[in-house]
Amino acid sequence: MVEWTDFERATIADIFSKMEYEVIGPAALSRCLVVYPWTQRYFGNFGNLYNAAAIIGNPMVAKHGTTILHGLDRAVKNMDNIKSEYAELSVLHSEKLHVDPDNFKLLSDCLTIVISAKLGKEFNGEVQAAFQKFLAVVVNSLGRQYH
Amino acid sequence: MLSKREKDLIAEVWTKLIPVAEDIGSDALTRMFATFPGTKTYFSHLDISPRSAHLLSHGEKIVLAIAEGAQDIDQLAVSLAPLQTLHAYQLRIDPTNFKLFSHCMLVALAAHMGDDFTPVVHAAIDKYLSAFAAVLAEKYR
Repeated sequence: MVEWTDFERATIADIFSKMEYEVIGPAALSRCLVVYPWTQRYFGNFGNLYNAAAIIGNPMVAKHGTTILHGLDRAVKNMDNIKSEYAELSVLHSEKLHVDPDNFKLLSDCLTIVISAKLGKEFNGEVQAAFQKFLAVVVNSLGRQYH
Repeated sequence: MLSKREKDLIAEVWTKLIPVAEDIGSDALTRMFATFPGTKTYFSHLDISPRSAHLLSHGEKIVLAIAEGAQDIDQLAVSLAPLQTLHAYQLRIDPTNFKLFSHCMLVALAAHMGDDFTPVVHAAIDKYLSAFAAVLAEKYR
């Protein structure tokens, strides 16, 4: 069972209540594909990923980024049971999508950086720590059903 | 592997950070201590409360070293030789921590640069910091 402080709960709720999913989602996923190009291996049918500009302008990447970010909503709504919330998705990523779970961390690092760029000073050390703890729990849950 | 364009970009970005070295450096350190508490174990001899004199001076030192390396990335092994010795024989910081610090440095840069911290800039700096860390750890064994 993950213990959350009041500050952590409030921080996560606050960040997601103001979240612009259609901006942040695409930004995080496209950044991941640019900064860690090997992650493109999972997006062979997404069309033009030839360079940074193409990736950032790619509508399939944008749509998928938004989808992924919304995927975090279930954890936000049920922070005390993140592991069970993602059990099915974990199986999906393992058995159908065959995604190396190390990639979850790469995407979560990119999301952290996108949020930091957006919020600036407001995203201070304490806020970052709470956000990263939350993402670490999500990442861990998504990797749980890999056997 | 860094292209010429990336090396120029890296030199440009880090030169601009020299005047705010203690802000960026202390911010990155504070983020690291908050997010990865194990890293605090290396600083039991210093006052690492946010914006303490120790933290500002230490953060400044680190950023200036990174900025200096950025001016001639091909010569990193030469310019970092004294720091290599320091880290290998005296500080002996476990190299996993370099990754944690690099990540927090990137987050600090994002907070500082906002939209200017584009994916291309991010990628170039991430690669540079990885190379820097690798050179720093070269004398460990």
